[in-house]
Amino acid sequence: MIKAYNRITNIIGDIAELDAKDVSFNELAQVTNHNGETSLAQVIRMDGDRVSLQVFAGAKGLSNGAKVRFLGHPMTVHHSDALLGRIFNGSGVPMDGKPPMDESGQVDIAGPSVNPVKRIVPHNFIETRIPMIDVFNPLVESQKLPIFSQAGEPYNELLARVGLQAQADVIVLGGIGLKFDEYIFFRQTFEEGGVMDRTVMFVHTAADPVVERLLVPDLALAVAEQFGVQGKRVLVLLTDMTAFADALKEINVAMEQVPSNLGYPGSLYSDLAARYEKAVDFKGAGSITVLAVTTMPGGDVTHPVPDNTGYITEGQYYLDTGMINPFGSLSRLKQLVIDSVTREDHGAVMNSMIRLYARAQETKKKLAMGFEVTEQDEKYLKYADLFVDRFMDLRVDVTLEKALDNGWKTMAECFEPEEVGIKKALLEKYWPKAE
Amino acid sequence: MNQAPATRGKITGVNGNMVSVDVSEGSLIQNEVAFVNCGDERLKAEVIKIRGRQASLQVFEDTRGVRVGQDVEFSGELLSVELAPGLLGMTYDGLQNPLEHLDNRQGFFLKRGQYPPAVDQEKRWLFNPTAKPGDRVQAGSWLGWVQELHYPHQIMAPLNMLGAATVKSIVEEGEYTIRDTVAVLEDGNGREIPISMLQTWPVKKPIRAYAERLYPQEMMVTQCRIIDTFFPVGRGGVACVPGPFGAGKTVLQHILAKYAQVDIVIVVACGERAGEVVETIITFPELEDPKTGGSLMDRTIIICNTSSMPVAARDASVYTGVTLAEYYRQMGRNVLLLADSTSRWAQAMREMSGRLEEIPGEEAFPAYLESRIAGFYERGGQVRLANDETGSVTLIGTVSPAGGNFEEPVTQGTLKVVSAFHGLSRKRSDERRYPAIDPIDSWSLYLKQMEKSLNAELDPEWVPMVVECQDLLRRGSQVGRMMTVVGEEGVSQADLLDYLRSDMLDAVYLQQNAFDAVDQACSMKRQLRDFKLLVRALRTKFSFPDKPEARRFFAKLQDAFYQKNYCAEDSADYTQYETKIENLLAEGVAP
Repeated sequence: MIKAYNRITNIIGDIAELDAKDVSFNELAQVTNHNGETSLAQVIRMDGDRVSLQVFAGAKGLSNGAKVRFLGHPMTVHHSDALLGRIFNGSGVPMDGKPPMDESGQVDIAGPSVNPVKRIVPHNFIETRIPMIDVFNPLVESQKLPIFSQAGEPYNELLARVGLQAQADVIVLGGIGLKFDEYIFFRQTFEEGGVMDRTVMFVHTAADPVVERLLVPDLALAVAEQFGVQGKRVLVLLTDMTAFADALKEINVAMEQVPSNLGYPGSLYSDLAARYEKAVDFKGAGSITVLAVTTMPGGDVTHPVPDNTGYITEGQYYLDTGMINPFGSLSRLKQLVIDSVTREDHGAVMNSMIRLYARAQETKKKLAMGFEVTEQDEKYLKYADLFVDRFMDLRVDVTLEKALDNGWKTMAECFEPEEVGIKKALLEKYWPKAE
Repeated sequence: MNQAPATRGKITGVNGNMVSVDVSEGSLIQNEVAFVNCGDERLKAEVIKIRGRQASLQVFEDTRGVRVGQDVEFSGELLSVELAPGLLGMTYDGLQNPLEHLDNRQGFFLKRGQYPPAVDQEKRWLFNPTAKPGDRVQAGSWLGWVQELHYPHQIMAPLNMLGAATVKSIVEEGEYTIRDTVAVLEDGNGREIPISMLQTWPVKKPIRAYAERLYPQEMMVTQCRIIDTFFPVGRGGVACVPGPFGAGKTVLQHILAKYAQVDIVIVVACGERAGEVVETIITFPELEDPKTGGSLMDRTIIICNTSSMPVAARDASVYTGVTLAEYYRQMGRNVLLLADSTSRWAQAMREMSGRLEEIPGEEAFPAYLESRIAGFYERGGQVRLANDETGSVTLIGTVSPAGGNFEEPVTQGTLKVVSAFHGLSRKRSDERRYPAIDPIDSWSLYLKQMEKSLNAELDPEWVPMVVECQDLLRRGSQVGRMMTVVGEEGVSQADLLDYLRSDMLDAVYLQQNAFDAVDQACSMKRQLRDFKLLVRALRTKFSFPDKPEARRFFAKLQDAFYQKNYCAEDSADYTQYETKIENLLAEGVAP
């Protein structure tokens, strides 16, 4: 039964309110404006007969005489293999000039959580060929990790590289508030890199209505979930989750809800968790790994968005001054793969190299205060330079195996074996022999 | 039970998981359970506000598809849990639905609106009567027992029974299901009360069927050195563990769940990552419980409402957990409840309060936040039962303060009601000093409170030694700060020695390796032995020709203590390191 109304009572922000009967919560409606433009909208509050609709295309230019038709079902998205290689906007409308998907195979978005007893403990290493990730904080299948960064940093380049290089069956990209150039960058990079045929993109650009921004993660994750259930290893890339949180804030204010910190809704933690928790390793099926950019306003990690994110995710990568910072970054799941899945010397190389790099930083600080350079100091300075060149530089593209070998080589070029604090057995096996 | 007609109502509004209902007739009870009919699904909800004929419900499920005008049934009963043998080893959601027994959508996803029984209804238990006809009993009196895994599970007179009753009849030893009547009581008015092994209890009310609450006097050993020695928690005590993300809360909780010396552990994963619960669910059955030799899961109940599960059930999950803990306390068991994290619970209250349009308090938390927190922690405690047995519920709650700032309302509200504070510090975790409990900011009132019993049990000088070490840590940290400004050259040798001593104490005693098979758990007996030797080393007066010599000596001494931590107690290596330490001490002493 399709119900149509043509009287909107209130328009506040992107929320339209009207009197309607027999509407269900979170039901979808189609709004046809006086000039013939249409948009989807979703029921987000009901009070008696007063129904509040979140208009996906925004309420700019919306007439209170617009026609509202309730569709009788919540927001869904098409799912089939035909999605691969396609690009959609935040309402699920194609952006690539190809025809829309057919009406079959619809799945609900923002569906229920996975039963915890249907999950398994993650145990697969995902190689990205980025040494700062593979060696120091390896990505584990089904992990959810944010990239904490700031405006102006190359976080989208990093994300695109992970997309190109990581071992995944399906890549789902969710662009949230992307600049148009960034969208084109992702599309071109994926096309040129030859991964577009196993990629689905949901892109909301900064010029699009704010409500569509809210839908992107849900669309991307609903599709990912279906591929995962089919046994695929899915990598979901989201950028930028801070833009998503800001959209929540806008809607919250328009709905006259009491804000908590810095105007964000009290439910920010749950809202973010509902998305990140879609990362899963299904018992007997595929998996979903989520890598999401979170820009920190003013570089402040205690800002509500990065702060809540940090509590939800399994670690974080800090991207600052164009490099992945080895100190703040953390992969909480790395213990599950290091040495057991990867090469036996992985843990030892990781710990020693970081410790030495930390000493090198201290040395630099000391020298900056005007102390004299000792022989020991010079070793550390050399090591720091090599470390930046061979590991931290984002252009370095090597396998984990090669990166570990580089690690031994770098240590051997700067230090004696006794100075690196590694077990004897490993030193004997891996320390490069003098020529 | 008076059979009043069930109250019914019609939905008038939906806002997220809050549903408003118009009730035309019948009575309403604050906090009673209601069911919202949504197509062929019945969604469980709780009444949280009554205003005239309007009731506001918080629905424990996703409210997608709920319509204005739909029916709501009110049950007349408060949100309750089922108490019966068969609880141990189970994994529940926040409403005590057994996760293993739920039907899943597409095989994986939680389907809403299912409420299967919490415990096996068919299993037959061997019931051993201990009460006799004619015995006078009161609420919580033990009538008989069944063997539940490693412990006898007492079948008790109803915990909500008023006044005394007489046992009218009780069955012979034999096998019964939890629904079978095993005894009949007769109350003062001659009314018969049939007793089965199943009771229900409203989660938001404490179970108080005991003679008196005791003052915590015994230590609950966690086998974590910094806690047991420096910031102990008494049996029946309450403690909180606040810390920023990444400071090691989760690992610490796992260690406590594994090694705490209690009978039963209840883990409430409240609004936290699903991955962590999965690790517990999968690893615990494989780990051995040193006390019983069975699997660790046999003494564990997991209540799991992870961050993406419905928010209202998160609020219920901490109460579900504590009620189960109190139930086992009534059987004379020592129970440890780990609530991770109470901040998520507080946030659930905040979300609901916002929807109810209540006037917000600090950071938009409701004004009643502190009293709710206090009410929860007050449910911990050690009690003496009417039969002189004792039982305890020890509560340890983690707090996840926003931005790692302890000034926020949840941390502050919690600090007012707990007696031990294990504050995790970002600085220590960045330096990889685990467990990252800050030895200077943390405190425990139990150290003084239990002074007599600690000194009697461990060593007459125990508490003074601990206090001495705490002073040393403070001094060491002062010298450390001084050295960052004036360098090592700028401090006297005596100050440097204090610094080295405190650094050694930190490195070899406060820090403990959670991933090493030996070091991860340190028995109290071993702590006593290790600590006494360490204190002797710390008290020894040394004098060195110069500072580098002092550093070299302490490096050797520290390494000997450090290596000893990784040797099993009483192993040859262990005694060898003890001897080595003794020799070093003799060598370094001032002439």
